[in-house]
Amino acid sequence: MIEPRFRPLRLALAMLRPLDPALLLILGGLLGYAFVLIASASPERMDSQIMHVTIALGAMWVVASIPIQRLLSLALPLYVLGVLLLVAVELFGEVSKGAQRWLDIGVTRIQPSELMKIAMPLMLAWYFQQREGRIGVADFLVAAVLLALPVGLIVVQPDLGTSLLVAASGFYVIFFAGLPWKLIVPVAVVGIVGIGTIIAFGDTLCQPGVDWQVLREYQKNRVCTLLDPTKDPLGKGFHIIQSTIAIGSGGVFGKGWQSGTQTHLAFLPERHTDFVFAVLAEEFGLVGTLVLLAIYLLLLARGLLIAINAATLGARLLAGAMTMVFFTYAFVNMGMVSGILPVVGVPLPFISYGGTALVTLCLGVGILMSIQRGRTAGSA
Amino acid sequence: MTEFAPEQRAARFRRRVVVAGLFMFVCLGLLAARFHYLQVVRHEYYLTRAEDNRIALMPVVPNRGSIVDRNGLPLARNYSAYTLEITPSAVADLEATIDALGEILTIDERDRQRFRKLLAESRNFEGVPIRSRLSDEEVARFVAQRYRFPGVDVQARLFREYPEGASASHVIGYIGRINARDLEAIEERGEEANYRGSTHIGKAGLERSYEAELHGRTGYDEVEVNAGGGAVRALSRTPAVQGNDLELTLDIELQNVAEQAFGERRGALVAIEPATGGVLALVSTPTFDPNLFVDGISVPDWKALNESPDHPLLNRAIYSTYPPGSTYKPFMALAGLESGKRTIAQRMPDPGYFMFGGHRFMDDKVGGHGMVDLHKSIVVSCNTYYYQLANDLGIDGIAAFMAPFGFGARTGIDIPGEAEGVLPSPEWKQRRFRKPEQQRWYGGETISVGIGQGYNAFTPLQLANALATLVNDGKMFRPHVVRYVVDAATGARRMIEPEPMRELDLDPRHLAAVRAAMVDVNRTGTGARPFRGAPYTSGGKTGTAQVFSLRGQRYVAGRLAERLRDHSWFIAYAPAEKPSIALAVLVENGGFGSASAAPIARQVIDHHLLHARRDEPAAEDLEAVGEGE
Repeated sequence: MIEPRFRPLRLALAMLRPLDPALLLILGGLLGYAFVLIASASPERMDSQIMHVTIALGAMWVVASIPIQRLLSLALPLYVLGVLLLVAVELFGEVSKGAQRWLDIGVTRIQPSELMKIAMPLMLAWYFQQREGRIGVADFLVAAVLLALPVGLIVVQPDLGTSLLVAASGFYVIFFAGLPWKLIVPVAVVGIVGIGTIIAFGDTLCQPGVDWQVLREYQKNRVCTLLDPTKDPLGKGFHIIQSTIAIGSGGVFGKGWQSGTQTHLAFLPERHTDFVFAVLAEEFGLVGTLVLLAIYLLLLARGLLIAINAATLGARLLAGAMTMVFFTYAFVNMGMVSGILPVVGVPLPFISYGGTALVTLCLGVGILMSIQRGRTAGSA
Repeated sequence: MTEFAPEQRAARFRRRVVVAGLFMFVCLGLLAARFHYLQVVRHEYYLTRAEDNRIALMPVVPNRGSIVDRNGLPLARNYSAYTLEITPSAVADLEATIDALGEILTIDERDRQRFRKLLAESRNFEGVPIRSRLSDEEVARFVAQRYRFPGVDVQARLFREYPEGASASHVIGYIGRINARDLEAIEERGEEANYRGSTHIGKAGLERSYEAELHGRTGYDEVEVNAGGGAVRALSRTPAVQGNDLELTLDIELQNVAEQAFGERRGALVAIEPATGGVLALVSTPTFDPNLFVDGISVPDWKALNESPDHPLLNRAIYSTYPPGSTYKPFMALAGLESGKRTIAQRMPDPGYFMFGGHRFMDDKVGGHGMVDLHKSIVVSCNTYYYQLANDLGIDGIAAFMAPFGFGARTGIDIPGEAEGVLPSPEWKQRRFRKPEQQRWYGGETISVGIGQGYNAFTPLQLANALATLVNDGKMFRPHVVRYVVDAATGARRMIEPEPMRELDLDPRHLAAVRAAMVDVNRTGTGARPFRGAPYTSGGKTGTAQVFSLRGQRYVAGRLAERLRDHSWFIAYAPAEKPSIALAVLVENGGFGSASAAPIARQVIDHHLLHARRDEPAAEDLEAVGEGE
């Protein structure tokens, strides 16, 4: 018998079985890119980056191994837990950088809003699956309430970036569930008109005394800074000005790895986290940015393909929403760093340094893999 | 709303996926367009911005040129020392910081006052010194606790030092910290770039007038800086060009002899080399220590200098004007001869007074000097002779003759702050006064002017230069203190050429007659006693400038308050045959010229002719070489 000699290999293959090779390849590309950039922008964080990646891939593997229907059945408990934790944050949370986001559970501090990024689409997908075949207007209202509750709790922390992502993840589920266009279009119109108003009357609205009611002062400032970064070049506008300089000065082929002057002379703020894209653009130029866009496109295409082929309604909605969430991360972050969107705290997915976000995103990939693996189960 | 069959639902979902896919594709396309715009279309612009970010020019301040006397003795030089500097913009509570610093270093009230004064004058973002000349131990003590003092730093700086202290301070001047007025002047000259980084500028004397030579050219380090403004590495360096050194005509040893000869008395002395116009000594007493000004003068020191009744900051040699008194007589005698109003041999009686318009102008000697010719008129300083001569020449004749000698006009010496003085004439009076009765010129005023009193007001420098011209056969040079400008890097010496101002057409016989009389002044006349036993022949003339009109009363020095006593003048030159020095001495409230001013002139000429260093090696140096062999 020669089998025992091959047992380790077989074990490895068995372990890889839940993982979708295409997604794994795409993820490998993104994480490889992240290592290259962190080695340039912040090499001292290499060790913890390796640790984060290990944990995140582990979490992904665990989720990918769980059948999607089992995952969906966890939706309600996870959602309830998330909402309770958010309420706890509101009552007992720690204040950090002007916002109440962290909950100290003795061993470590956790950020319940992060959990909501997964729990929200899971919950809504599970809900619509329960109602499959008889989804009506009432269901969309229920979904709206389920969406609004945690988002509202996150908005008051206040954390605009996370609440935006959570709201988006829920909205995508609702959209894929068949939210009528006649409801989508008016919302889109109101949104476009609102943004247009802000841009047109930016000067008046950004006067120090004007209260925007729904947004905190610092959030208002972020929007105003976007409208005219040069007004406060050393203050709030500094980030955007310096990141656009970094991107623009990179040119077509970039300044070369570890040769970005904006990055290495510390002009670039938060260069290993939210603004890591500017490092990429400065050191690898337009070629580097287009390569990243291409990898993201592959990820999104693969995600949508998985959604189309998914066996159940819940799996379809979840896969579609997860894919759209990845897109939202990428678009908002790159839009912000390149100066076409306001500065909101959204990381560049799979690239920005930071364990929590990476774990959350990899959980999302794990969910996609689980759905992909369970595709035949439904059709069989 | 109605639900569809599963196939329809799946088809709708696929449509939605396609919509979502298109939406995402469009959005990412938007991003790609944005990147193309930033990285290709606007690349040049952002690249420039990035370079601007990255590169800063740090000025490299040039070393200031030094100043040496004609024998190479240092008069102004630089030394390196540590200062403790506070950057006001980086410190929240200045007083508390200074108090805390006072616990580890000695910071006395003078330091605090000086700091406040400098603070008021400084640009907010540059370091203002709170202590200078820190010892190594003090530096170590501060550095150990530096973390407690953000915005406070030890800097190694070059300091200006005037090793001769108060000696020749009116000539050398001093530097001081650049204040708002200096900045304006720098901007007017378009020199901002060259002064970026400079903290000091010449404020007085040669330090001021030769600022352009001494300062040098500021260099630049092109450095890469980080966002905090800190230098990361040097990219290129344009070295600073050190300021040029100045080598003076001034003999600092002669200057010291002259200053010591004045003792506590106030006055001025200017000694000129007649053949070149080079200033050998230029004294104004009392003097001051220019070192006090370099780091910013403390309030008590400033008060002491500024409020002293002796006005030590006043440069009497070039700014104070006095009537020349009888030192004017040699020039008047020459005017008489040149105009033809007098001949050398012509004699006239001196009854002891001169009547003009019913007023009796008195001679010093009661009963007069008897029969007086030109020679005797100078030797015994006979007033009557010159009363009459002045009357014969008229005020216009006197003014016309004296003006070419430089009386009543700035000589153009190369140190700043020269006064013009007054060469009286009817036109001058017209200009000077407002009321018609004051504007009129009276004949009696001409008589006073003839003996060097009245409206005459000249600086000691003017008188010295006029004498130098007279003993140089009428060839007049612009007096100057700097002889060479020396390029410190190459050692190349650029000579400041003696600049002939004019050549007076004077009859040599007339000059000889006047000079012969001046020689006899020092041999048998009013200057005989101070010059007794001199191993050289010299010429001179005493003078007394009236401070206080006695209205016909006799002048008794002892009865007058010291400050109302007459000023004492003496002008002299030597050797008589071919003078190498011509000087004017004034002692304020010194009484008769022979008593106080002439002995000073004797000491200075003695030193110059008998003891001064020559250009050949000094005897001690030769001995030292001999011993070495």
